[in-house]
Amino acid sequence: MSPARLRVLGVERVGPYALLRLGRGPLDPGTPGQFFMLRPPGLVVPRPMSLCLAPPGELAFLVDPVGAGTRALAGLERGDGVHVVGPLGNGFRLDVQRPLLLGGGIGVAPFPFLSARLGRPPALLGFRTAQHAEAAALVPNAEVVLEPTLVTELLSPGFDVLACGPEPMLEAVGRLEPAAQLAWEAPMACGFGACYGCAVEIGGRLARLCVEGPVLGGRVRGQIPAMAGKVAAA
Amino acid sequence: MILNASGCLDPLVAPDVARRLDAVVTKTVTPLPREGNAPVRIAETDSGLLNSIGLANPGIDRFLADVLPPLLELGPPVWVSVGGFSAADYARSCTRLDATAAAVVELNLSCPNVAAPEDEAAAIVAAARAETDKPLYAKLSPALPDIAAVAGAAAEAGADGLSLVNTIRGLALDPATLRPRLATGTGGLSGPALRPVALAAVHACFRATGLPIVGMGGVETGRHALELIAAGASAVALGTVLFADPGAPDRVRAELAEEAALHGFGTPAAARGASHERVAAAVNGPRAERERLRLKL
Repeated sequence: MSPARLRVLGVERVGPYALLRLGRGPLDPGTPGQFFMLRPPGLVVPRPMSLCLAPPGELAFLVDPVGAGTRALAGLERGDGVHVVGPLGNGFRLDVQRPLLLGGGIGVAPFPFLSARLGRPPALLGFRTAQHAEAAALVPNAEVVLEPTLVTELLSPGFDVLACGPEPMLEAVGRLEPAAQLAWEAPMACGFGACYGCAVEIGGRLARLCVEGPVLGGRVRGQIPAMAGKVAAA
Repeated sequence: MILNASGCLDPLVAPDVARRLDAVVTKTVTPLPREGNAPVRIAETDSGLLNSIGLANPGIDRFLADVLPPLLELGPPVWVSVGGFSAADYARSCTRLDATAAAVVELNLSCPNVAAPEDEAAAIVAAARAETDKPLYAKLSPALPDIAAVAGAAAEAGADGLSLVNTIRGLALDPATLRPRLATGTGGLSGPALRPVALAAVHACFRATGLPIVGMGGVETGRHALELIAAGASAVALGTVLFADPGAPDRVRAELAEEAALHGFGTPAAARGASHERVAAAVNGPRAERERLRLKL
């Protein structure tokens, strides 16, 4: 389980995001929705990133440079090395009949890889600004909405929803489509169950998102303490 | 000997990592189950990782029924970390563990993220000692004003060894809101910032007690491990480094052997306490030499 040192092939700007393209090395791309731990140079713990694209010989990650770790990753340059562990966690189930990808903001990250695996299903993506929405170009068959319009406003029944985005969006999707597969996010220091840092409420109890998720199907989670005791396993 | 620091590895989720250790230390177990603290529980700071997990564990009953048996199957000796809020809590868990195949009981006397036990360290060690013949290691906080004195008291109360150190309390603020980044406000700081703190604690406790010491705090390389051994550690535990590098046990072990050889030691263990000899040489050597010369003159 040692980290692989992968070579940076390039960093491309996609709106405000950075598409970090790495040589695949010995790592398997895994299942869409699984994640990898990428160690930003100069920092102590790695950051969890879901795989965005898996072209032959490559692993690519869409990074939103919002903090010290993601800024350091977005600042990598061609030829740099980066330590990567993965794939980790549980990805999306792909045995779906009428898939619809529902994404918000940087939650679009796992969709290019997911879309390829599902045969380019329709996608509904919401962004804060037109600049952020440039990331929609990575996802085939995508319809885009900008704030204040929400993706949930355009959601019609009859789809197998696979969603990734901010927590309020996922909570809303979970209420509308209880069977939706939702990819959640939490701060993680390790990604393999060691640190207990990513505990979130799952089915009414605190559990490690890296072990039980990050994709939770048929189960609803909420924020502790506000949702404590109010959420039951579906 | 390379171990994991308590709470820095789930051997049942990552058995391949656990098998590379010379002993596996469990996450702290308390008499009753604990869900742990509310998220957000971790935040990286400029100098290390801040955590406030809050001793999440299934409680001693479920631990003994569901966790310990598969842990014992992994291979490496199992050290069980025990926590509580009174000497009686620790004693109760030690009674239960005495009949198991656990190799060592580590008494976690130093979690910065839950209320401190109402009893003093020595009283807890004595209460645990009365309940088990297993080797007892006292895990102390580097925030103690006089850690050597507490280590000495723990030794007198029956501790067989020391685990040094736990994290030290810290606070991180969100740069935008200036509110604490962790839900509990403060947390325990680990990683590079803890390294010199751990070295000082190991150095002081080695001089005070001579007990076996598991040194830990910011170890990332074999060089860091060798320094802890030179300060007085008889074993080294890996904590935060495991999060970034689950391959660290093998890497650090190899680097440690190399570093020890570079310094002229046949084995890493032979370096134990070397910093004390050098401190003595630096402080006393030249002066003694001067005295000798003066007498000659």
